[in-house]
Amino acid sequence: MAHAAATDHLETSTGIDNKKLLMWLFLASDCLFFGAFIAAYLLYRGRSVVGPYPEDLFDIPFTSVSAFVLLMSSVTMVLALAAIQRGNVRNMRIWLLTTAVLGTLFVAGQVYEFTEFHHEGLSLSTNLFGTTFYVLTGFHGAHVTVGVFILMSMFIVSMRGGIQQKDSLTVELAGLYWHFVDIVWIVIFTLIYLIQP
Amino acid sequence: MASIAVPKRSPLSEALKGARRAAENSSSIWSWIATVDHKRIGILYGISAVVFFIVGGVEALLLRLQLAQPDANFLDPDAYNRLFTMHGTTMVFLVVMPLSSAFFNLMVPLMIGARDVAFPRLNAFSYWTFLAGAIFLNASFFTGDILNGDLGAPGGGWFGYAPLSLREFAPGHGMDFWMLGLQMFGIASLAGGFNFIVTILNMRAPGMTLFRMPVFVWMTLVTSFLIIFAMPVIAVALFELTFDRLFDANYFNAEAGGNPLLWQHMFWLFGHPEVYILILPAFGILSEILPTFSRKPLFGYAFVVFSGVAIGFMSWGVWVHHMYTTGLGTVANSAFGISTILIAVPTGVKVFNWMGTLWGGSIRFRAPLMFAVGTVAMFTIGGLSGVTHSMVPSDYQQNSSYYVVAHFHYVLFGGAIMALFGGIYYWFPKFTGKLMNEPLGHLNFWLMLIGFNLTFFPMHISGLLGMPRRVYTYNSDMGWDFWNLMSTVGAFLIALSVLVFLYNFFLSLRRGKESGPDPWDARTLEWSLPSPPPEYNFKEIPTVDSRDHFWNTKYREDETGRVVPVLAGGVVEPEEEHGDDDEHGHGIHMPSPSYMPLIASIGFPIVATGLIYDYALVPVGFALILIGLFGWVMEPATEED
Repeated sequence: MAHAAATDHLETSTGIDNKKLLMWLFLASDCLFFGAFIAAYLLYRGRSVVGPYPEDLFDIPFTSVSAFVLLMSSVTMVLALAAIQRGNVRNMRIWLLTTAVLGTLFVAGQVYEFTEFHHEGLSLSTNLFGTTFYVLTGFHGAHVTVGVFILMSMFIVSMRGGIQQKDSLTVELAGLYWHFVDIVWIVIFTLIYLIQP
Repeated sequence: MASIAVPKRSPLSEALKGARRAAENSSSIWSWIATVDHKRIGILYGISAVVFFIVGGVEALLLRLQLAQPDANFLDPDAYNRLFTMHGTTMVFLVVMPLSSAFFNLMVPLMIGARDVAFPRLNAFSYWTFLAGAIFLNASFFTGDILNGDLGAPGGGWFGYAPLSLREFAPGHGMDFWMLGLQMFGIASLAGGFNFIVTILNMRAPGMTLFRMPVFVWMTLVTSFLIIFAMPVIAVALFELTFDRLFDANYFNAEAGGNPLLWQHMFWLFGHPEVYILILPAFGILSEILPTFSRKPLFGYAFVVFSGVAIGFMSWGVWVHHMYTTGLGTVANSAFGISTILIAVPTGVKVFNWMGTLWGGSIRFRAPLMFAVGTVAMFTIGGLSGVTHSMVPSDYQQNSSYYVVAHFHYVLFGGAIMALFGGIYYWFPKFTGKLMNEPLGHLNFWLMLIGFNLTFFPMHISGLLGMPRRVYTYNSDMGWDFWNLMSTVGAFLIALSVLVFLYNFFLSLRRGKESGPDPWDARTLEWSLPSPPPEYNFKEIPTVDSRDHFWNTKYREDETGRVVPVLAGGVVEPEEEHGDDDEHGHGIHMPSPSYMPLIASIGFPIVATGLIYDYALVPVGFALILIGLFGWVMEPATEED
């Protein structure tokens, strides 16, 4: 750009890039979003009047594996950012794609889990567990899906040469979002799957 | 929002570029539809809010007509429910919040010395999503057989208490429109909240430290933080209601063990910060008007700022005072009673600071100051009746009576709305170059003040006499007749005052006196610009060296401490004629207009309509949102040379 746009790339008062600050604020706000859903789940835990109950359905080893997959995707996300910061576009593409694939695997695992639970008689309207479980984990899955969309868009743009070393902030922002969604899953996995009353 | 420059240009992007060119012509309607200029978005917000103020006001007048006489049959109970629901929802989400947003948009960049907000297109997205939600919500009226008095609008109250708002007790689609419409206001408010926090923290002119910012900017910052933390909570509550109503989930289904208190906790955990989202911008406006017309600095700037911040924090710890009678127990009620008493302290501090600002000033009673002083007085009455609500036993008595209605109208009408009107009178010259008519302004003020007190003061009494709120009629032997008639007469006086305002507004727009850049001899940076300010606001970004920087360029203290004018001080940037070729004469590139935010915003009501009527529309709406967002990310923010 010949001239700096009025709102772009200007030096900011705090020294933090506008977009980065925006992302942090969004994530802070999203904490309340998940917080409220998790609170509703915990409020209703053990209050279902008919089954199936969590202990009838949860397959901890399976979900542990998918949680592990998601956690590993955070590692590959870090590698993608490190690559572009060093100017290695090719490696960034590889790691972006890997992250997206791992994210997709996680979502696929969730789809499988939902289908299994449904076969065993748990629908959204069966009991409080069905309602609170599907909605909470469903919204998390939606967040992961959005993340995969973002990663794939970045991958496609980078194939056309749209992401260079100077654009590493874009990758960093996607990474912030991705790590946040991972952390939320750690909380959900711990509170909902591992700690049973 | 990452912006990635795409090197190649497709035919589509060429077509879009052509459309953007059309929007560059600043007189065409497209230039408003595609605008990303904070001043234009502010004006759009303001006009929309005034239009909905009239809609919500007409709803209130219908309610008051029904209540003017005992045993009236002007409205049936069902229509009454729907009208009070729409009145409350409209006034909170479609009037006070967007009118505050209008002032955020108009004033914040000018006051901190910026050329625009941090994310101009996000700003446009915020406005269009708000408007889409507002039209969507009001469209619900037409889903019923409106000519035979069957309004299709929601009837579950602006608080939408579940399970009463579930399908079983609120059949029809009214509450569907309500919950999905509110979701859109939430998205719009969140986008605005993020944008203004980043703008205020990051876009300040050199030397504009946080504690040199005008108080209005501080209050915008606190309000924006409240918005980004409160809106997700109501979003979750609304999603839960949505799943219950549309997909048979069990969040509020008592048969399955669901707990109605869940809704109340979530709603009021949002709802009480929301109260301060409504009032803090008004506090900011007061803190600008009072010093200007007293010709004194704000008394106790730091107290006012920190009180605002304290209110922001404490507003998260008082929500149970809306729920004393739900049986949470004495410990919870006492704790929240104490926190509610405490939050009155920073609020009271502000009232004293405003009085201290007036004290000893050389006061000029112009229309903006009339509204500001009126607001301080009315808000104080509302604040005091609020303190009476914090006392649990007293609240048990007043709960769900007209006393509560009187209280929150004193703070929201006497507080927020009056201050916002004062703000319109104060800043109208800045954006039109014209002064509003002063005698009409005074008439507007007195009619509004008298009408307001005549409407709402009697409600204290009818409430204490036991008149319940949300009831469509009453018997004549209850002793409430006189007070209700007074309220109705007052409501029509308010309507008259609004007509005077509208007349004044259009008259002044056409034939108002030229205001010049600084008609009030004011203190903040926006008055250093021509009226109306050029598109890029500041030709040169100012360097700020004190809290009342602009004032200090106009006046200084001599050796004896007297305030004397600075010779040749207070120079306002001269207005320049800009030919089309001269537009970028200063090398200032403003962000290009964009249709993408509008396209994304249109997707939301389509998704919502699809959820209610036909799922086939849902993917169409989502596709529009996606197209809008992708186009937004891919198009360059500023056209290259």
